[in-house]
Amino acid sequence: MTESSSPLPHAKFRCRGVNVHYGMAQAIKDNDIDIYDKSVTSFIGPSGCGKSTFLRCLNRMNDTIDICRVTGDIRLDGVDIYDTEIDPVQLRARVGMVFQKPNPFPKSIFDNVAYGPRIHGLASNRADLDALVESSLRSAGLWDEVKDRLSSAGTGLSGGQQQRLCIARAIATQPEVLLMDEPCSALDPIATEIVEELITNLGETYCVVIVTHSMQQANRISERTAFFHLGELVEYETTHDIFNTPKDERTIGYVSGRFG
Amino acid sequence: MLSWVALIVTLMTAGAFVASRHRARSVAHGDLAALHSRPVYHGAYTALRVAIAGFGVLIVGLILSNIGLRAALFAAIPDSLGTLSQIERDLIVSDGVAIAAGEVASRTDAAREAVGARYNTLMMARNIGLAVLTLGAAAFVYLRSITQISVPFRARNRTEKIVQGLLMVSAGIAILTTIGIVASLLGQTLVFFSEIPITKFLFGTLWSPLSGVHSGSMDPDKVGAIPLFAGTLLITFIAMLVAVPVGLFAAIFLSDFASNRARGIIKPMLEILAGIPTVVYGFFAAITVAPFLRDTGAAVGLTISSESALAAGVVMGIMIIPFISSLSDDVINAVPQSLRDGSYGLGATKAETIRKVILPAALPGIVSAVLLGVSRAIGETMIVVMAAGQGANLTANPFEAVTTVTVQIVALITGDTEAATAAGPAFTLGFTLFCVTLIFNVIALRLVRKYQESYD
Repeated sequence: MTESSSPLPHAKFRCRGVNVHYGMAQAIKDNDIDIYDKSVTSFIGPSGCGKSTFLRCLNRMNDTIDICRVTGDIRLDGVDIYDTEIDPVQLRARVGMVFQKPNPFPKSIFDNVAYGPRIHGLASNRADLDALVESSLRSAGLWDEVKDRLSSAGTGLSGGQQQRLCIARAIATQPEVLLMDEPCSALDPIATEIVEELITNLGETYCVVIVTHSMQQANRISERTAFFHLGELVEYETTHDIFNTPKDERTIGYVSGRFG
Repeated sequence: MLSWVALIVTLMTAGAFVASRHRARSVAHGDLAALHSRPVYHGAYTALRVAIAGFGVLIVGLILSNIGLRAALFAAIPDSLGTLSQIERDLIVSDGVAIAAGEVASRTDAAREAVGARYNTLMMARNIGLAVLTLGAAAFVYLRSITQISVPFRARNRTEKIVQGLLMVSAGIAILTTIGIVASLLGQTLVFFSEIPITKFLFGTLWSPLSGVHSGSMDPDKVGAIPLFAGTLLITFIAMLVAVPVGLFAAIFLSDFASNRARGIIKPMLEILAGIPTVVYGFFAAITVAPFLRDTGAAVGLTISSESALAAGVVMGIMIIPFISSLSDDVINAVPQSLRDGSYGLGATKAETIRKVILPAALPGIVSAVLLGVSRAIGETMIVVMAAGQGANLTANPFEAVTTVTVQIVALITGDTEAATAAGPAFTLGFTLFCVTLIFNVIALRLVRKYQESYD
């Protein structure tokens, strides 16, 4: 995938001087990054490099960890999301998240998808809700597999189906951004292929940010790739450039497989 | 005398250990590695065999001779007394034994002295015989075992077999005791129901089982257990009304809201609450809570008797709070963090997450905690004995005194009615209570198991 020659798309997130501390330890060191709308951005790097931590800054999931402290400026569409005026609950409705391990609620498939719309009042009646659930499941490529058993338990699906259910659940909240924390690491290659195709499609409508351990995956699905090392954003370029003409020694080492 | 025999067997066991270990060393002629089993196993094997033989003969002998002794003493009652009822014969024998031991008997006469004398001779013979048998058996086994010791002798394997057997016997004792208790409850219950129709017991509304006993037999119309179970249910209901919300909310606070520091203080405090003996709760209920409720009631124009279902129920609820909160806290904590993250990640608030994800996921565990709490409340005795009242009063009014199944069992057994008469209704109540709590526990455990499966 190469960078298109059209002018730069709209920067959804503008991050400047972001630092994250866990107690005394610094997990993210003074990072600046712009993340663009309607595209897929990958975060790669060795374990413990801070890529997941940084991802969780973008929807303030780190707030749920007592000892975690975030400083710096993170703007979503120009608004500082760490401003005291901002309610993290509303922010997370705009910035959805999919986790490493599929985590469907122990409810029916329908109720899993309808969870977000119900708490945010997105559907005014049952027909709306049905339509929203259906379109979310269709976007996640799961509709044909589950349309006849919407009332059976979400936990009864296979791993790949569960992860797509979690993606459908995130889409149903109608977010602007989708954060994905290693969404395929618990899946087999076939399920991974399906989910990757889905992510590529989602990139056309949403701002998708994905943390991945697989460089091939970053290469296949993302337009831009950021390489993190020891809490530092080392290099952030188009995916093509990161893998073909990396500039930093550490990036060269990592993408050529010499470490990590 | 027999305690001396037991002491000698103990010493023989110790001696057998030392001697056999020494013998094993000497048959090895200094080459200990050549022995199949280490000398300590030879010692342990002989010692175990000596102890089993000695104590086995002693215990079996005691049991058998006691049965025989009783029969012989009944036979020693002179025929001149004519036909006697079983109770009279029991009395004569126990008086005779008391005379023989130099204690006070209810009456002294020729027949009783004859029984006493017979008892003395029989006891003497029994003791001497048993001592000889026991020591003989131990010595015989010792000699056999020590001559067996040789280099290839597999003492270790045999010791392991014996120890395995002892472990099995221990497990068996626990099971047999349970079966024994249930069987004796069941037996007495069946005897009771052969005299009183089961329907009268289960559906009768009047409980006063001992009121007609002097006239000979129990009045079937006065052994209706309905008031007791109604009282038990009323108090249990009040207790759960207190314990479930408080316990559950405490658990939610502890697992999802409390800081680590607060948790570190509150959890141990709750555990202390669980460690207070129920008798303390009992007099707390009777002396503090009940008068307080009565006076408060009087102030607002309610008549609350000084022994009330309300006082007992409230205090019992407090007793059950830590039980429910700690079990619920466990199951709520067992709900994976990933589910909480998933919900927060969709923009749910903490309250929505708890209400819509965590509580439904933990529900089977919470229900089973509540059911275990119910079965504790049903079986609880001290609080209701002190605070609920004695009169079998069929009412749904929590301000009145009621009585419970457990209170009536206590009253029957500790009362001054003959044990044989009181035992029937007491055992029957006990058995019914056992069945009820068993059902609750089985349901609770099944729910827990179902819950555990859903995340593995």
